[in-house]
Amino acid sequence: MAGIISWGSYVPRYRIKVEEIASVWGMDPEKVKAGLRIQEKAVPDIDEDAATIAVECARNALAVDVPSDPASADSSSSSFPSSSVSSSSSSSLPSPLAEHIHAIYIGSESHPYAVKPTGTIVGEAIGVGNDYTTADFEFACKAGTAAMQAALAMVRSGMATFALAGGADTAQAAPGDPLEYTAAAGGAVFIIGKDHAVAEINHTLSFTSDTPDFWRRAHERYPSHGGPFTGEPAYFRHVIASTKKLMHVAGTTPSDYDHVVLHQPNGKFPARAAARLGFTREQMALGMLVPLIGNTYSGAAILGLANVLDNARPGQRVLLTSYGSGAGSDSFDITITDRIVPVQKQIRPLQSYIGRKTYLDYPAYLQKVRAIQHT
Amino acid sequence: MRKVAIIGVGMTPFGQLWDRSLISLAVEAGAKAIHDAGITHKDVGVLYGGTMSSGLFSGQEHLASMFADHSGFDHIPSVRVEAACASGGLALRQAYIDVASGAHDIAVVGGVEKMTDLGIYPVTKVLSTAADAERESSLGVTFPGIYAMMARLHMHKYHTTEEQLAMVAVKNHAHAIHNPHAQFRRAITVDQVMGSVKIADPLKLLDASPVSDGGAALVLADEKTARSQSDTPVWIAGSGHATDTIALHDREDMLSMRSTVYAARDAFRQAGLSPKDIGMAELHDCFTIAELLALEDLGFVDRGASGSFIEQGQAHIGGSLPINPSGGLKAKGHPVGASGIAQAIESVLQLRGDAGLRNTGAEIALTQNVGGSGGTAVVHIFRR
Amino acid sequence: MAVPKFWRQIPALYNLEGSVCGCGALAFPPREVCPKCHAVGLKPHRFRGKGTVETFTIIRTPTTDPEGENIEVPARSIPYVMGIIRLEEGPRLTAQIVDARPEDVRIGDRVELVFRKLLEKGPKGVIQYGYKFRPV
Repeated sequence: MAGIISWGSYVPRYRIKVEEIASVWGMDPEKVKAGLRIQEKAVPDIDEDAATIAVECARNALAVDVPSDPASADSSSSSFPSSSVSSSSSSSLPSPLAEHIHAIYIGSESHPYAVKPTGTIVGEAIGVGNDYTTADFEFACKAGTAAMQAALAMVRSGMATFALAGGADTAQAAPGDPLEYTAAAGGAVFIIGKDHAVAEINHTLSFTSDTPDFWRRAHERYPSHGGPFTGEPAYFRHVIASTKKLMHVAGTTPSDYDHVVLHQPNGKFPARAAARLGFTREQMALGMLVPLIGNTYSGAAILGLANVLDNARPGQRVLLTSYGSGAGSDSFDITITDRIVPVQKQIRPLQSYIGRKTYLDYPAYLQKVRAIQHT
Repeated sequence: MRKVAIIGVGMTPFGQLWDRSLISLAVEAGAKAIHDAGITHKDVGVLYGGTMSSGLFSGQEHLASMFADHSGFDHIPSVRVEAACASGGLALRQAYIDVASGAHDIAVVGGVEKMTDLGIYPVTKVLSTAADAERESSLGVTFPGIYAMMARLHMHKYHTTEEQLAMVAVKNHAHAIHNPHAQFRRAITVDQVMGSVKIADPLKLLDASPVSDGGAALVLADEKTARSQSDTPVWIAGSGHATDTIALHDREDMLSMRSTVYAARDAFRQAGLSPKDIGMAELHDCFTIAELLALEDLGFVDRGASGSFIEQGQAHIGGSLPINPSGGLKAKGHPVGASGIAQAIESVLQLRGDAGLRNTGAEIALTQNVGGSGGTAVVHIFRR
Repeated sequence: MAVPKFWRQIPALYNLEGSVCGCGALAFPPREVCPKCHAVGLKPHRFRGKGTVETFTIIRTPTTDPEGENIEVPARSIPYVMGIIRLEEGPRLTAQIVDARPEDVRIGDRVELVFRKLLEKGPKGVIQYGYKFRPV
């Protein structure tokens, strides 16, 4: 078995409300909110991009330094494999754990460079040294889970002791496009390892087809999409098929899961998919973040997972299904272990980021996303 | 070391001189100084010139050759000196050492800057090269920003007020009204300063010296030449030059420029004088806070007392210690490379009694010229 | 900023790597000669990235490159806060303070390291990342 050793999440401080955007374009904000089931979205500062978000997530994941505390759940294995892990060091940088990371895979649809990896920026900023492999992932909103699958494969094959994978985005939307209400910024990363998992990954699989529902051509600033075509043949077909296939392989039924996280481009799609799959609102509650932070694209489903990990109890079972336009879904069947308890005490919780916020008006928002610029 | 005197001074107006080039300003100032000294080009043994950044402001380096060539000198040695905004003051000191050493009997030393060919944001960028590029300016702090951080700390530590800072600008504008070369010959009020646009809180636009063009020059001579050439030589009684960390954050006390402290110590020692002997001073008021810090570093007032010293009017012409009777960098203008020379010119005019309505009657004058945020300071003491 | 100039600063910019002398003196960024005892052969030392604001300013007039349009595009929205921060280990540095309303920053505020974009060398050039700080 292998699973998640640690995790880290991040959402920028700035928010813009649906009302603020709607007022610019003469739209009825209540209708927009009802249609998208979203209140506000997270906006990156002008100096944030997928790389800086991934770095903060990764540093958070590595700031966990589990002491060899006999009071913790399992004294023989409650500390990380590295003998150099020491609770005496208050330094979060670099982490001894980082030295055993042999692969870094960051998924994003807003990698800062078209050519030049985000993964090297992350690797350098967390001090992994040079003995690691990296490549960037892109698959619309599911690049983060695709990266996690690759990381898991690296660990299971023995090619990596630990692998760091996740997704981060500063999603762009053309002014006036309905996406403008939801396209947001944030990310989450996970450290995958063979032993000492806080969350075992029991099964993962994918459902993929060639379905152009949303895309961005090279050199284009903003994405294009197929409007209603993004619904039934795209999001719903892949999310439902992948989730059903996972439950079939795992031999589970919807009621076996304590927490369910589905990709959330808006508030409406995952709620409808959950209803069709037989999941309750309670199962969806922890993983449903889009109403308050918007669609963080590669970060969306996995931020839901991070919030689950921040709060889950040992023994709970989690189902995660992402969706990436183009199109495909990755599903994960996960069981929380006893080891999550000490890690939860140290992890910087996602709610600390979601709870602190500064609202922007539309002109300030335009400056943050560089739609307008000081000379 | 030989005694050295200033026997000639010359300067262009300071201001936005749209029709003037860098070199024309330098040449005009030099020619006026030579004329004032009553000498000819053939008498000059060496040239020194200070500019901060002719390369970035005007795209022209190798000014040493250009000064000599365009001024019409025949192959004499020429030296360009750079120490950011202290380039002029340092050029004066290097020329002084040259003449004092006996290498040459007469030196022309000038300072010049042509800044207005660039817009305000590029000018701000060029000025920021006087800070530590990798550790200060490239991270986002501008020059006004560095002085603003000093101002905020001074306010925090000594309860100095923004109004007291504004009074520095008000005083220097009042002085500049009587200076025909000054960029701003108009009075301003504390309310106007307080109401001016913020550039780097707590500093406002009228706390800052302007972007200026201008040139200034002096003729230095050894004692024998000076006495034979001039009825009104002004003697360089002390010359001090010292450095401090280039980055403000590396200073133990961020409210003291050790460069000024040590340069002044050396200049006072050389002159055999102390702060109480000084009759007037031209201080480097690139921002209002800088004049306050200089008053403290030079020993004119106790630490933290500079704000009330200004508020009491003691630094006005007619006060106990007139500061910046020329209008200072704030109102006379601050073509950065020329400022150190222009400070010396004001001192000469004051000691000669040639400063008109600005005359302070001082017999001993001090100048303090700062590079960057205090990484360089040059202090000179002059007497009749 | 030229690419090699940026590249060789990466340890300092990304991870606050300074230097430590045998005499115990710390410096940031790394120095060739110990500022206290003037020894050479200093060793790398990483700072933890926690500190206190000793003074600050709100920059409202930024800089632009004199060599033309947007040669270097700073990653800062106007106005922005710059501060001098005393690191817990002793040395000070100058850095942008983000994630705070300018009017809310105070001398004495506790701040922590964040990783942000510093500037881009135009739309075609490299992106320079490095240290900024935010209130704890």
